[in-house]
Amino acid sequence: MALRQCAIYGKGGIGKSTTTQNLVAGLAELGKKVMIVGCDPKADSTRLILHAKAQNSIMQMAADAGSVEDLELEDVLKVGYRDIKCVESGGPEPGVGCAGRGVITAINFLEEEGAYDEDLDFVFYDVLGDVVCGGFAMPIRENKAQEIYIVCSGEMMAMYAANNIAKGIVKYANSGGVRLAGLICNSRQTAREDELIMELASKLGSHMIHFVPRDNVVQRAEIRRMTVIEYEPQAKQAQEYRDLATKILHNKNLVIPTPITMDELEDMLMEFGIMEEVDESIVGKTAAAEATA
Amino acid sequence: MAAMTREETEALIQEVLEVYPEKAKLDRAKHLAVNDQSLEKANKCITSNRKSLPGVMTIRGCAYAGSKGVVWGPIKDMIHISHGPVGCGQYSRAGRRNYYVGTTGVNTFGTMNFTSDFQEKDIVFGGDKKLAKLIDEIEVLFPLNKGISIQSECPIGLIGDDIEAVAKVKKKEHGKTIVPVRCEGFRGVSQSLGHHIANDAIRDWVLENRDGDDSFPTTPYDVAVIGDYNIGGDAWSSRTLLEEMGLRVVAQWSGDGTIAEIEKTPKVKLNLIHCYRSMNYIARHMEEKYSIPWIEYNFFGPTKIAESLRRIASHFDETIQAGAERVIERYKIEYEAVIAKYKPRLQGKRVMLYVGGLRPRHVIGAYEDLGMEVVGTGYEFAHNDDYDRTIKEMGNATLLYDDVTGYEFEEFVKKVQPDLVGSGIKEKYIFQKMGVPFRQMHSWDYSGPYHGYDGFAIFAKDMDMTINNPCWKNFKAPWKTEAASDAVKAVA
Repeated sequence: MALRQCAIYGKGGIGKSTTTQNLVAGLAELGKKVMIVGCDPKADSTRLILHAKAQNSIMQMAADAGSVEDLELEDVLKVGYRDIKCVESGGPEPGVGCAGRGVITAINFLEEEGAYDEDLDFVFYDVLGDVVCGGFAMPIRENKAQEIYIVCSGEMMAMYAANNIAKGIVKYANSGGVRLAGLICNSRQTAREDELIMELASKLGSHMIHFVPRDNVVQRAEIRRMTVIEYEPQAKQAQEYRDLATKILHNKNLVIPTPITMDELEDMLMEFGIMEEVDESIVGKTAAAEATA
Repeated sequence: MAAMTREETEALIQEVLEVYPEKAKLDRAKHLAVNDQSLEKANKCITSNRKSLPGVMTIRGCAYAGSKGVVWGPIKDMIHISHGPVGCGQYSRAGRRNYYVGTTGVNTFGTMNFTSDFQEKDIVFGGDKKLAKLIDEIEVLFPLNKGISIQSECPIGLIGDDIEAVAKVKKKEHGKTIVPVRCEGFRGVSQSLGHHIANDAIRDWVLENRDGDDSFPTTPYDVAVIGDYNIGGDAWSSRTLLEEMGLRVVAQWSGDGTIAEIEKTPKVKLNLIHCYRSMNYIARHMEEKYSIPWIEYNFFGPTKIAESLRRIASHFDETIQAGAERVIERYKIEYEAVIAKYKPRLQGKRVMLYVGGLRPRHVIGAYEDLGMEVVGTGYEFAHNDDYDRTIKEMGNATLLYDDVTGYEFEEFVKKVQPDLVGSGIKEKYIFQKMGVPFRQMHSWDYSGPYHGYDGFAIFAKDMDMTINNPCWKNFKAPWKTEAASDAVKAVA
């Protein structure tokens, strides 16, 4: 099959890295050849596959070696569970330099060094929380990821983020081939979570590809730096990730998203009782002013 | 060609504007004007210091050019680090011809390029550690430097390198002045903002170094020369005149200048500003903080020199005033001989200028002293106050063009047919190929100095050898002369 490149976006802390590694393990189980490209200065996108603390990143090794031209592909590409290939772009510690440029440099390096070889079935980009600048949009530019999966939950901020990411996709969808491929609900056990995400997905013109329930086995596996599929293949949660992997394998639902306005999003949240109607009369009033009123 | 009337000049502007799309036409129309000496304020007729339109071939520079290239670069005993990738520093290295005395690489560094030479990793991980290391290396390799300035290139502003923090730490460690300058090239519409940023950096990091220190013995005749960059030795041929009239020049900013001179400037009695555009900010600051008055002066051509010397002298006592008269008298034989020699060769020649922020008005008097007339002038990066000062210098109905585009300038020259164009290296070969005599008025075309009486003699000789060069007569192919084509017709 032709190489499919997928990028995983979503609000920070929503579980992108965990979800990505577990579903990639599921695809590997199905015999698919997969590479994970971590696009986050924290470099924690491959630890469950490699059983490692944090993989040596392209940018860190380039800095140590002098320049990125001094690196070889085998220096940065590590192979883990079921031959899943892993690279981390890496980047600076918070507050200095330019992490976005790190992503650009790393992906250019992988392309030039032929990391995207013909045997690969899938590349997954695990991208830092928000698309804060051009660098973090690198994986969705032309000839990179064609399919975007947004990890979200029934929490308000997660849905705000999902809608914003959809806006980013629209920008690149018009100039290239990138499409929204679905929302992955990583459950936080909020009320009517599945319905809510399905509603959001349909408003975005997409679908909720899978509802991943909450299960402590994920944390137990993570402490051992393993995916659930490797740690406890019989666990119910392992099957959930296999289902997600299978759905992605057969997913044909690729769309240019139709992001909604802030008002529409808030209306939807109010409908589901997540947000209360704002009383305009109290906006900007201090406690003291309210007391005298 | 006879002088153009107001109507003719207006028609010329309209004709040149005609090719632009509607929006560009509206914008460019504001930057082109017919001079009217009766106007008090230039903003009634011309707009300046606005963003250039994409696609029009402006020749402006950037804020880095204004700070590193103009204001800071000539301070000779400091090392100026071009912080960022190598190109900004390397391709501007030693190009400005601001002369200095010293042993380059030992106690002066003007023509050298110091850069942090950014690589990908420096962008991604930040360049502050490299900058700190570079400063340490400078201290080992060039221990006689008197200070360091950090000139920010574009990426510094994007990745947020904390150059102020590095400067503070290293200043403490090495006990030298280290100045961070936020002159990222993308800031502002031209090099002009770079001048302002550079002035502010001097104000914040250098000027108050000797506040409260009275150990420097002052005299009532102390002045500072500000805004003379010593192009081809300009400041030297200016300084001699000031000294001959009895003044003591304590500081030269920044041509052939030192940081010690700059630190002493708050002790002077009067600041003398040559390039108003690039240094008025610091002059105003010193007026406010130290109550030092400042005046603009013009040392191009004997008329303006005499005016300026008298105006400077008027701020001092009779000895200085007598000194000014003595200087004017003393050089009279020399400059009259220059005029006697060259004026007959240059009388009536018409000039069009397009220079930076000062010379488009300052050199007019020097041309007039030679019997020449400036029929069009414009600035790359002037503000309204510069045009205010230009209106009175230019004749009525002459052309004014701000941030002129490649197209406009060529068309104006074709229509006005001046005998000389004075502008920069980017224009030089275009006009020479059109057969128009040309002088570079940024670099003095590798000549100079042009300031002062000594400079005027060189200026006059240069203009003569350019305009009256026999090569211009040979520009037309022999078979394209009128006589030749008549002969062809006769044969046919």
